[in-house]
Amino acid sequence: MTVSLTLAAARHVEKSLTKRGSGIGLRLAVKTSGCNGFAYALEFVDATNPDDECFETYGVKVIVDPRSLGMLAGTELDFVREGLNEGFKFNNPNAKANCGCGESFAV
Amino acid sequence: MALLQIAEPGQSAAPHQHRLAAGIDLGTTNSLIATVQSAVARALPDEDGALLLPSVVRYLPGNGIVVGREAQESQAEDPENTIVSVKRFMGRSLSDLKSAAGLPYRFTDAPGMVGITTISGERSPVQVSAEILTALRERAEVSLGGPLAGVVITVPAYFDDAQRQATKDAARLAGLTVLRLLNEPTAAAIAYGLDKAAEGTFAIYDLGGGTFDISILSLTKGVFEVLATGGDSALGGDDFDHAIAEWFCTLHGIDGLAALPPTSQRSLLAASRSAKEALSQHETAVLSLCHADGNAQQAILSRAQFAELGAALIARTLSATKRALRDAKLTIADITGVVLVGGSTRMPIARNAVRNFFGRDPLVDIDPDQVVALGAALQANVLAGNSGGDEWLLLDVCPLSLGVETMGGLVEKIIPRNSTLPIARAQEFTTFKDGQTAMSLHVVQGERETVANCRSLARFELRGIPPAVAGSVHIRVSFQIDADGLLSVTAREQMSGIEAHIEVKPTYGLADTQISTMLADAIGSTKEDMLLRSLREAQVDARRMLDATETAMGEDAALLSATEISAIRQAMFKVGDMLETESPLEELRAATVALGSVTDEFAARRMNASISKALAGKTMDSLA
Repeated sequence: MTVSLTLAAARHVEKSLTKRGSGIGLRLAVKTSGCNGFAYALEFVDATNPDDECFETYGVKVIVDPRSLGMLAGTELDFVREGLNEGFKFNNPNAKANCGCGESFAV
Repeated sequence: MALLQIAEPGQSAAPHQHRLAAGIDLGTTNSLIATVQSAVARALPDEDGALLLPSVVRYLPGNGIVVGREAQESQAEDPENTIVSVKRFMGRSLSDLKSAAGLPYRFTDAPGMVGITTISGERSPVQVSAEILTALRERAEVSLGGPLAGVVITVPAYFDDAQRQATKDAARLAGLTVLRLLNEPTAAAIAYGLDKAAEGTFAIYDLGGGTFDISILSLTKGVFEVLATGGDSALGGDDFDHAIAEWFCTLHGIDGLAALPPTSQRSLLAASRSAKEALSQHETAVLSLCHADGNAQQAILSRAQFAELGAALIARTLSATKRALRDAKLTIADITGVVLVGGSTRMPIARNAVRNFFGRDPLVDIDPDQVVALGAALQANVLAGNSGGDEWLLLDVCPLSLGVETMGGLVEKIIPRNSTLPIARAQEFTTFKDGQTAMSLHVVQGERETVANCRSLARFELRGIPPAVAGSVHIRVSFQIDADGLLSVTAREQMSGIEAHIEVKPTYGLADTQISTMLADAIGSTKEDMLLRSLREAQVDARRMLDATETAMGEDAALLSATEISAIRQAMFKVGDMLETESPLEELRAATVALGSVTDEFAARRMNASISKALAGKTMDSLA
């Protein structure tokens, strides 16, 4: 039961946090919406909740709430550049189907 | 896969939200609402688990309103305030309603649409329909847990603009956003086509409570094309109920259904409907009618008897089917599948008739009551933006031919009936008189050969045509109908490029009954039309010949001897006289030919004269 970042992702989160000037880490969450049922959410974290799980990779804190963790266990978050676009990408072993746009998935 | 960015706490953007969208089959007898959940379309039940909402609205004293089954049950006891089959009154004026006298309602003749006086005041069919739609909207919102972003409502393929507009108005009144109105058979095709990825040519046989529609659709590579539509707007399950009721009356020596008091009429019709429905499962059914005096009359109806009662009605559906096939230029062998839609297709007599007609088993996999709503739900889901990429294209047809008036009150058809939309067609026309600088264009709709028998849609003028000899100007008239059925007509003079343009709604104000009458008229009077057309053409020819001769005489009378001039004058007079008195075709033609032959020599001399004039003073060298 772990959630990890690739080196590229960790570097980018670190950079973003420095640029923002505050924040203790990155929150990964799963919301119920989108055309395939579930959608990922990525947010900065200013405060944690008591039941949050915390993982640390390459010195970056990743915070996940227990409900989302069930669907994110084993996920690796990558930071990629695709053409002119760059951003985070979820490699989630739990996802059985992704929608065409990739914003939502089904388990 | 999309790439994500980090958001501020609590601000992460929800990905494209699943917008709640639904398909509504607003039927004559029953209505239902369906939606797409997890890529599967399903009809939404009410609290009691019933999918079908009877399209019945009852107005109670003190502004109370009951919709659906409860209203249907009170039909017999309160017929005046219980509105059934309101769809038949949508967008109709009192004069359109042939059957108004046989109905228990107090109609008022409001401009444009009838009104119905109920215990809680006058209600228009739009308001009554809105009550049905509101009931469906509430059902969907309870079951889906949120307001609907938009709906697709189905209408019979033959609904005209007034009826479609009335349906839209009802939806607005019910607080619904209409994404699109969809033809019922097309919705059925969507339900079958997309769910099964079928390809081929399909006949959609839709026998509902109050209307019959037949549509020929082709499905190829996910594209639906409506090849032809036809039907009967006053034929449906209700008529079978009436047939049974009339049979019952005859059996018991009652002087027809209309002779009974309204309450008994309703009870008898309800009993007839139950008997009809029972016959789909059983070999016989029992009907009974309780009179006000406590006496009861009974009858037993067998399947065979019912088949006899309904044979004429079924035959009407089959003749409309034949006509649609002919319009699509297809034979029965070209049809790869038949889809049955509408609760009335549960009747074994309808199924058997369709099976025998097409020589194949019709498709009945999807519940015929639900298929239209399910297709509408799929369409609504796409239009609301919930299904990525799998857009499909819908093509429709124009119900009647469109053309322009030409000399002699004739119609030149430019877009033939049942052409698939969108379509653009152009044809060249020319001036009739020398030096003509304007042309009046009259856009007409209909199947007959003469303007008088078609419906006028619009008139406009093309002005500023450069003066020239008759027949030398080229005016290109283009008709274009876009996917929404909007017709635009453009006339353009080719040399100078001057243009005139008009936009018309082709079905505006044409009721489906009018469409069927116009079609029937055209088929019934083809021979008469052709004769009239020939006569008109001969008259136009004769007049043109007269005009040309007149001009020539004015210019070059010097080339003729006195005898020749008088011979020509005589021939001209004869033709003119015949035009004046509307002489029969053969005589007029003979006179025109005679005028042609006396002026042959004159024409040759004019030709020679103009050549020598042109050549005068030129040497051979300059001509080379």
